[in-house]
Amino acid sequence: MIVMLALAAVLLVRNLYNISVLPDETNQGQIFRIIFFHVPAAAVAMVGSAVALLASVMFLITKNFKYDALAVAITEVGLAFLAVNLVTGSIWARVIWGVWWAWDPRLTSALICWILYAGYLILRQSLEEPTQRATFAAVYSIFAFTDVPIVYFSIRWWRTIHPQPVFFSKNGSFPADWTLTLVLNIVALSLLYAVLTMVRLRQENTQREIDYLRRTVHAIS
Amino acid sequence: MRFLSQVMTITTKDLRAEMRTKEAINASFSFALVVLLLLSFAFEPTEQTTQEISGGLLWIVFIFAGTLILNRSFARELPNDCLDALIAAPIPGAALFLGKALANFILILAVEFVALPVFGIFYNVRWAQQFWPLLLVLILGTWGLTTIGTVFSALTVNIRLREVMLPLLVYPVMIPLLLGAMRLSTLLVAGQAITGDETVWFRLLIGYDIIFTALSLVLMDTVLLG
Repeated sequence: MIVMLALAAVLLVRNLYNISVLPDETNQGQIFRIIFFHVPAAAVAMVGSAVALLASVMFLITKNFKYDALAVAITEVGLAFLAVNLVTGSIWARVIWGVWWAWDPRLTSALICWILYAGYLILRQSLEEPTQRATFAAVYSIFAFTDVPIVYFSIRWWRTIHPQPVFFSKNGSFPADWTLTLVLNIVALSLLYAVLTMVRLRQENTQREIDYLRRTVHAIS
Repeated sequence: MRFLSQVMTITTKDLRAEMRTKEAINASFSFALVVLLLLSFAFEPTEQTTQEISGGLLWIVFIFAGTLILNRSFARELPNDCLDALIAAPIPGAALFLGKALANFILILAVEFVALPVFGIFYNVRWAQQFWPLLLVLILGTWGLTTIGTVFSALTVNIRLREVMLPLLVYPVMIPLLLGAMRLSTLLVAGQAITGDETVWFRLLIGYDIIFTALSLVLMDTVLLG
């Protein structure tokens, strides 16, 4: 874990330096640099939602609480990364479009995604019994995931004002060395995501242990 | 065949219970009226601009009114431990789900069919110009609303804040579906035919109906047995 954190830190410092020495983009000026965090945050959050789906399905099949802990940890951290994506996007929009928010399919669907997974955490809070909480949360997570493909494909399906993808596509105008920095930032944020998830996971396991001990004490006394 | 008769048993049971008390459908229809009335204060009812958002207004009324019916669907089974009896009954969870969903579907559709003419009168909209396509949108949209709503009704039935949790969880999940239903309804209520690019919304509606129905059928046993 320490190694991963260190690696993430090194990569982030390297990327931040690289981003700071890049020339300003012709049309957008300074603000374009936000893309190096905006896109990776969305990418890791999206992978996170897929892992949460997998963990939820695995919990329903095996009834092993290990998967429930993984699902809640990954969803909570993913929610933070999606928030980074929304906030950076909003800052960029204020500079380029002149407004903080536009009701555009891409932006709206990303916001819906955030609300959906926030609903997941609220649902967990309102259920006391651990087995029921884990089961219902897993079912909800599966339903929530049906919205994720909409976010991903929204800029391809509908005409939106959100910029079209510029890398990994044929008409991309993103220079190769910029792409390298972007990819390395995805790696850095992925590592950070993994570390934060592990911290949260440990917290979840400790919580379970405390609950167990408390019940035992109740049973004895 | 057995499965179908099991589904029908649940549906007729739910509809009969509702017809005798009329508690959910009365409340739902009155609520639809109140929301229609309130919306008329928010938007000038006779203006052209309001007619352009009519589909959105309609579906807001429908989901609000529908939630009341969905909330009752499983809450009604709580007194006298009827829910435990239903779970213990020798029918699969999928049959229980389909039966309940069908009953809810019929009830919500009934409320919609009463609310639509009222909407037409209050907002001066000639909504029946494209009647059959509009009917199709209503059926597809309402089925999607009912499938998710019924699963989540079962899921939230034992939660302390049931009345709040159901809409909180259901509305965001339903948004892709509502988006299509609102867009199509707006066009159809205005008397325009659905052509070209707009048919994609029909595909979205049908796609989500299939996804939600399949997921619900698979997950219902899990939800019921918790």
